[in-house]
Amino acid sequence: MRNAFADELTRLGVDDPRLVLLSGDIGNKLFDKFKDKNEGRFFNCGIAEANMMGVAAGMALSGLRPIVYTITPFTTTRCYEQIRVDACYHNVPIIIVGTGSGLSYAELGPTHHSCEDLAILRVLPNMTVMAPADEVELRQCIRAALKQDGPVYIRIGKKGEQIIPKNDDNFEIGRSITVREGSDVCLIGTGTLMPTVLEAAEMLAAAGITARVESFHTIKPLDEKALGDILSSYPVVAVVEEHSRIGGLYGGIAEWLASQDEKMKGRLISFGTDDEFMHEVGSQEYARAKYGLTAGNIANKIHAAFSSSSK
Amino acid sequence: MELEELQGIAREIRGRIIANSHKTKTPHLGSCLSCVDIMVAVYFHSLRIDPAKPKDPGRDRFILSKGHGAPTLFQILARKGFYPEAALESYGQDGGIFAEHPPTPDHLPGIEAATGSLGHGLPIALGMALAGRAQNRNYQVVALLGDGECNEGSIWEAAMMAAAQRVDNLTVFIDFNKWQATGRSEEVLALNPLVDKWRAFGWDACEIDGHDMGQLVEVLSRKKNSKGKPVAVVAHTVKGKGVSFMEDDNNWHYRIPSAEELALAHKELGVGA
Repeated sequence: MRNAFADELTRLGVDDPRLVLLSGDIGNKLFDKFKDKNEGRFFNCGIAEANMMGVAAGMALSGLRPIVYTITPFTTTRCYEQIRVDACYHNVPIIIVGTGSGLSYAELGPTHHSCEDLAILRVLPNMTVMAPADEVELRQCIRAALKQDGPVYIRIGKKGEQIIPKNDDNFEIGRSITVREGSDVCLIGTGTLMPTVLEAAEMLAAAGITARVESFHTIKPLDEKALGDILSSYPVVAVVEEHSRIGGLYGGIAEWLASQDEKMKGRLISFGTDDEFMHEVGSQEYARAKYGLTAGNIANKIHAAFSSSSK
Repeated sequence: MELEELQGIAREIRGRIIANSHKTKTPHLGSCLSCVDIMVAVYFHSLRIDPAKPKDPGRDRFILSKGHGAPTLFQILARKGFYPEAALESYGQDGGIFAEHPPTPDHLPGIEAATGSLGHGLPIALGMALAGRAQNRNYQVVALLGDGECNEGSIWEAAMMAAAQRVDNLTVFIDFNKWQATGRSEEVLALNPLVDKWRAFGWDACEIDGHDMGQLVEVLSRKKNSKGKPVAVVAHTVKGKGVSFMEDDNNWHYRIPSAEELALAHKELGVGA
């Protein structure tokens, strides 16, 4: 995903002289091509994220299109006030990219985990929040974000993510994509957990339950049309995210659901991380499993919920 | 513009700020008075700006990083003609736009950044300076910082990056009035030696009397040095400058002048009520 990000930016930078890339002392080799092709438009801002975000705002206020890149906690929680005031209050077009989001850097410990970013960025006025499932969605997210007039946050993984096969190539901010059709239950996924969600759907299919899988690459604004359709059609709807069960995509959908006049058919189930810091060491795979973010666990829980709903 | 004329504008602006504070119960009077001369020199001697074209891409930019100096900025922008002086009658009124800190550029012409949370203005100014270079535009960026504001780590992050990037279209004034909200800035976070700090951070730094219009004009008129360094001007100022009973008395960080005090202040300044 990181490589696709660098590649896409290099291409886009050649066509758009307003595009500048700000990095917080990471990705040196990664951006060599960008630097080559877009001379004078790469800024290593050092390990000083508050300043980096302010600099990006100053650039955006002066007609440039800055893209700010570093590891997720440092481009979100570390400089949250600069995002709120400099980017969102001024409503300037800055694209903030958090790499290694969720539990991607599980082995680095909780300082490098990011299971709160969707929650804290979603609440900011003017902010668009996206979590692409794979490098195809990532490239689409960046291109769409560059057409926005306000700030956009994009959380991405690290490397080696699977590409999700899709029939729908029509990408719009705030419009979810149906990745798999199904009539019994619906799984709403976001970000790089999508292969796990699809695997869970396969397991459910083997047990005779057909699951629709929906990619919510945009967390804000929510695709309310799709949600209305999904929650009035399916008895069991699950939201799967590599993020705290508080305040992320599930939180957003639950808020939306509670505000609806019509009673929805769907029971909403959340898969996400617990409200805690993970103190033991482990890989991303280990960490996901610890919080039940495995195809097996998701399929089992959905199976049980579907069985009890159809009784 | 002659020095006498600049000094006259500064007196007039001071009179208006004090009147506004009295009328609208706006605090930070001491902080607003200490930076009047710097801002008058910057706006009326140096900046290449056209109130008819507030978004001109080639304009010079001024960032009031110490956003609580907004009452001074509002008076100056009105005097420059960005909006009618009568518009300031709505200062502090419900539903108005003139708050205790500057609004965003989209909401008031002449404003370059909405400041108020300290430590934000310098990074934004640096971004503007770098954007000028990236776009081959020949504009200058001036930022005004408070000495208390230099407590913020982001100021020093920006200072390091400006030096690393060899930015030479950025000038910072530090309104060194020796006070912050609760005490002497030297005592709260050991600010001194301030000019040495900027120098050590790679800036072309100097010290001046921030109320001496001649020195201010001189420092703003210097040929831009070719050393590829940003410029820091540590301007020694007096909080509450211009009114004897307010000078260097930190009570005026929050105190509001009475009708009698306003009249007395206007008399001292030699400006009309």
